[in-house]
Amino acid sequence: MIKIENLTKAYKAKGKTIKVLDDVSLEVKKGEVYGIIGRSGAGKSTLLKCLNLLEKPDTGNVIVDGIDLAKISKKELRLARQQIGVIFQHFNLLSSKTIFDNVALPLKLQGNHSKEETKAAVDEMLKLVGLTEFAHKYPSSLSGGQKQRVGIARALITKPKLLLSDEATSALDPQTTASILDLLLEINETLGITIVLITHEIEVVRKICDKVAVIDAGKIIEEGKAFDVLMHPKEPLTRKLIIEETSDMYLEQVRHFYKFEKNSGKHILLLSFVGETTYQPILNTIARQTDLDFSILRGELDRIKKMPFGQLLIEFNGDHNSLGKACEIMQGMGVHYEILH
Amino acid sequence: MALAAINDILGTLDWSEINQATLDTLFMLGFAVLFSTIIGIPVGLLLFLTNKGGILQNRLVYSLLSFVVNVLRSIPFIILLIVMIPTTTFLVGTSLGAKGTIPPLVVGAFPFFARLVENSLKEIEKGIFHMAESCGATTWQIIWHILLPEIMPSLVASITVTAIALVSYTAMAGAVGGGGLGDLAIRYGYQRFETEVMITTVVLMVIMVQVIQFLGDFLVKIIRKK
Ligand SMILES: Nc1ncnc2c1ncn2[C@@H]1O[C@H](COP(=O)(O)OP(=O)(O)OP(=O)(O)O)[C@@H](O)[C@H]1O
Ligand SMILES: [Mg+2]
Repeated sequence: MIKIENLTKAYKAKGKTIKVLDDVSLEVKKGEVYGIIGRSGAGKSTLLKCLNLLEKPDTGNVIVDGIDLAKISKKELRLARQQIGVIFQHFNLLSSKTIFDNVALPLKLQGNHSKEETKAAVDEMLKLVGLTEFAHKYPSSLSGGQKQRVGIARALITKPKLLLSDEATSALDPQTTASILDLLLEINETLGITIVLITHEIEVVRKICDKVAVIDAGKIIEEGKAFDVLMHPKEPLTRKLIIEETSDMYLEQVRHFYKFEKNSGKHILLLSFVGETTYQPILNTIARQTDLDFSILRGELDRIKKMPFGQLLIEFNGDHNSLGKACEIMQGMGVHYEILH
Repeated sequence: MALAAINDILGTLDWSEINQATLDTLFMLGFAVLFSTIIGIPVGLLLFLTNKGGILQNRLVYSLLSFVVNVLRSIPFIILLIVMIPTTTFLVGTSLGAKGTIPPLVVGAFPFFARLVENSLKEIEKGIFHMAESCGATTWQIIWHILLPEIMPSLVASITVTAIALVSYTAMAGAVGGGGLGDLAIRYGYQRFETEVMITTVVLMVIMVQVIQFLGDFLVKIIRKK
């Protein structure tokens, strides 16, 4: 669906050039929900703008649906853009137009749609986002979540194959965020639209992304299935994003707490279970086959997109040999573990 | 008694002349507002679009246009009236009367109005342009379907402000043979000391300003209601 190859983009400001995108390559397959996450100023918005060529990359190719966007005429680019829906952090609705007319705008800009056609299409979209009764209201009377629904309806009215989202939920409270994410997921599943979304909230990735790329200082530092990246982040920054954003500071606290307990025979492990392994009596098995004692410090069950997973923070008591044996058992059962202390 | 006195004064006035002068002023005002709007909107749009960050960003066009607008705005209206006499004669065949006043009125008012338009446009959120471009809109479509509807309330408010400024410009034009209420006020009030006529013209102009302001506010309210 999307293929980005060796994208670079630099801005000149006051004689200095800043590289905003540095040799970025990535591929998004049809029907995927692809997340791009990074800190503020990492180059996320710039990257997204390159996907419909609102920003012209200095070098590299942007191929969307088989078309190299940099190589086509202005007119063709306009047509190509009509096939790419975009939603924005601040909604960008027109205050002078009704909800109906806001949603109808892209069709109006395309021309060649009859009044009846437009009405049917807008009604369908408003139904999809659950705002049928609001058709003749103005944006100023809507809540943030409702405004974003209008934004989504507007982005989808031209039946695009691709939807781009720049921090679509960043201006919304957690509950509204959840409902918008559900809506995006529904759109992805029922309409088969590929979604590329930008966020700085790991929660968004956790909820709806199939794949994720972590961008920092214009470079993609980690990329892969959302589940893998979230469960086993390789880069320190990714780990930091995950820990900070979920406010799971407890790992840090645990490390701190046990820092002075050297050679006490205490070992702290973080165990991660995925799918079937969640239901195996792993701790029992370890206690029976080794002479380790254990106590559970903390446990949680969650899901990443639709995949359930569990995490347990365990304190084992015993010598290193027993610990080694326990690790073997865990490996054998497909449980991922990480020794924190 | 006061009423009788007012009646007295009103009775002595030459109403046919006052009526004619009022009509002349309204005529000047109407056309001056019309042409200032017709010229001011595109100039304001061009100023905004060619400015830094605009979708037609062009430093040369912007600087040039901005310079011309500033120069025109800094010329006192009474001077403009005189400087423009040849141009006015060329455009409408005379530099006298209501007709001969319209060109300088327009030249005096449209730069001011254009700046008001430019400022209204600056209020529009930058994101709207991203949205429009993402939809594949052309520049014309952005102007027609997005910018003009978005600034409509402030456009009406700006036209109101300009029209009110033009009321006093028309009075000034009277000084150099422009006709209308200003002309009347100067001829009777200043040159012949017929204070009643002068007061009447002033009252009429105050009423005019009030009516314009009321209509403008009313229209803005209707548009904003949406
Ligand atoms: N038009 C521009 N001119 C100069 N520098 C720019 C321009 N646009 C962006 N930048 C710079 O490029 C860098 C990346 O900007 P970008 O908007 O892509 O970041 P971001 O990851 O979206 O950040 P945020 O999360 O804050 O939205 C920033 O350092 C920014 O200052
Ligand atoms: Mg951004």
